[in-house]
Amino acid sequence: MSPTTLFEKIWRTHEVVAETADTPAILYIDLHLTHEVTSPQAYSMLRERGLPVRRTDRTLATMDHSTPTDADQLFGRIPIKLESAAEQVSQLERNCAEFGVELFAVGSPHRGIVHVIGPELGATQPGKTIVCGDSHTSTHGAFGALAFGIGTTEVGHVLATQCLLQRKPKTLAVNVEGALPTGVTAKDLVLSIIRLLGVSGGTGAVIEYRGSTIRGLSMDERMTVCNMSIEAGARAGLIAPDETTFAYLKGRLRAPQDDAWDTAVATWRTLRTDTGARFDREIHIDAATLSPMITYGTHPGMSVCIDESIPLHGDVVYQKALGYMGLTPGQSMLGQPVQVVFLGSCTNGRLSDLEAAARLLKGRQVAPGVHFLVVPGSDAIKRAAEAQGLDQVFKDAGADWRESGCSMCLGMNGDLVPKGAYCVSTSNRNFEGRQGVGSRTLLASPATAVAAAIAGHVADARLLA
Amino acid sequence: MEPIHTLRSRTVVIPSTNIDTDQLMPARFLTTTTREGLGQHLFADWRYDSEGQPIADFVLNRPEAQGCRILVAGRNIGCGSSREHAPWGLYDYGFRAVISTEIADIFRSNSLKNGLLPIIVDADTHAWLLAHPGVELVINLETCTVTLPDGRAVAFPIDNFSRYCLLNGVDETGYLLSQVASIAAYEARVGA
Repeated sequence: MSPTTLFEKIWRTHEVVAETADTPAILYIDLHLTHEVTSPQAYSMLRERGLPVRRTDRTLATMDHSTPTDADQLFGRIPIKLESAAEQVSQLERNCAEFGVELFAVGSPHRGIVHVIGPELGATQPGKTIVCGDSHTSTHGAFGALAFGIGTTEVGHVLATQCLLQRKPKTLAVNVEGALPTGVTAKDLVLSIIRLLGVSGGTGAVIEYRGSTIRGLSMDERMTVCNMSIEAGARAGLIAPDETTFAYLKGRLRAPQDDAWDTAVATWRTLRTDTGARFDREIHIDAATLSPMITYGTHPGMSVCIDESIPLHGDVVYQKALGYMGLTPGQSMLGQPVQVVFLGSCTNGRLSDLEAAARLLKGRQVAPGVHFLVVPGSDAIKRAAEAQGLDQVFKDAGADWRESGCSMCLGMNGDLVPKGAYCVSTSNRNFEGRQGVGSRTLLASPATAVAAAIAGHVADARLLA
Repeated sequence: MEPIHTLRSRTVVIPSTNIDTDQLMPARFLTTTTREGLGQHLFADWRYDSEGQPIADFVLNRPEAQGCRILVAGRNIGCGSSREHAPWGLYDYGFRAVISTEIADIFRSNSLKNGLLPIIVDADTHAWLLAHPGVELVINLETCTVTLPDGRAVAFPIDNFSRYCLLNGVDETGYLLSQVASIAAYEARVGA
């Protein structure tokens, strides 16, 4: 058999019916993750047609996007301020109860951001097809799973049939070689990749991240990289599973146990791109050339190295973006005042992100006038962080330690950046108004976020260490 | 879904590149549990000021934009979030086609499932359309062409299956449900 890519191997084993000139492939979905925002209309469709959920054993639900991070509201001691959010959450509870779908509701020890809990539970596994009505489903590709975001009509397709109609995407190899320089994180790496590819450079493609730099990343770091594949327009991001992947998954609640574990690992070891397999496109990056990154514009491709100035010239988009951001061509990003710092999200809300931030923050203070919001990616991460005393480090420094959820990444739950304020955010999107009407987002790593929180302006975290 | 054969309409032009789905439908409107009524929130932060008053010079608030069913957008419309609320909003507002040189994957897929035609044209045609807002176009899904006012017909790509579904008002859910025997056979074969 001719050499094939990792993507091709997963695709082939999930073809219920192969694509033809006239019909798309019917692709089987191993794991369907759902949440409160993109599922209500899909359940309504099931109800209208009198259909059950075909495979409740392959469907998981959580609540994350519109849930409050304020403990009093979350645990019902006071009403949820946003009525529509409260209704959406209770509708998810009713839908899951009616259709028999397992739900990690408020109070469940497993609740959290959908892309954080899948891996945490060991439900995300190599070789699986995983979908969710959320574009950051690409996160799960860090485990060598083919994982991508879908719309609500497709959520309905998967609930009803456990399948999707799909045209086979193209493949794009992003090869990264060498050691990351000190102070350069996985977030900086993926922001650099997006700058290089552009925000539509990956359209129609599944990215496979390869090379020694990628192999050297932890699972948390790999998830950060795969998470933002969609910001380059890609359908999905993939990393071949290896010992790091297996070590992460071993013993997790939903991972294979005992003999089944050995069998699974033997299969997972075959999930790699064969030598000589062809990608539709390849790019190469030398890790030694990378620096800490920060965005200055209104899409994730508009970024500079932390010590660079904003480009002097650009197109109409550039002019409009800078106008919205209130920034000037040629201005240095270092020293730009910030009013809000957000540490969290499915990009950088995992335990290692909180640990890295706390290491830098310990013994220091958040600058006066800066609101530093810290939101763990899941309840499990919150508990683990508290067991290490990280919450105390954040609180002692003057940060705001919250309950888990998507929070200020998209501000659906009322956690908002005020109009005109600058927010250094560890999340994934800096679109106009993303964190609230008139909000100005500067995307960066947890280290850069902490440096900004301490200084009260954009600062180089390498000088803190 | 209603079958679509041809669409004749004037265009509205929003030339911004990379119009993301947060612009099309800001997150605060996603707490809805239905598909209806999202047209009022389309481009909310570009259409309305902080008092909720229409911003006069935004194109959708101008009289000539009323009744237009074709949106011509800058390169790469629909990037970002997978929220189907974006095409639901466009459709509910009255749009039936979006024309650009690049359209993001998930948005494109969502649009096709809701009777909103995602149409990719060549850069020259696109530049001409951006420079000539309000022209009347005829989109023909039988021939996969956009006819410009001078009579020139420009071909656009669309996969055969989506085209068939749109022409015949067939919904993809129904098609998938007709394939359950194959799905059950697959599950038996792989032990799923």
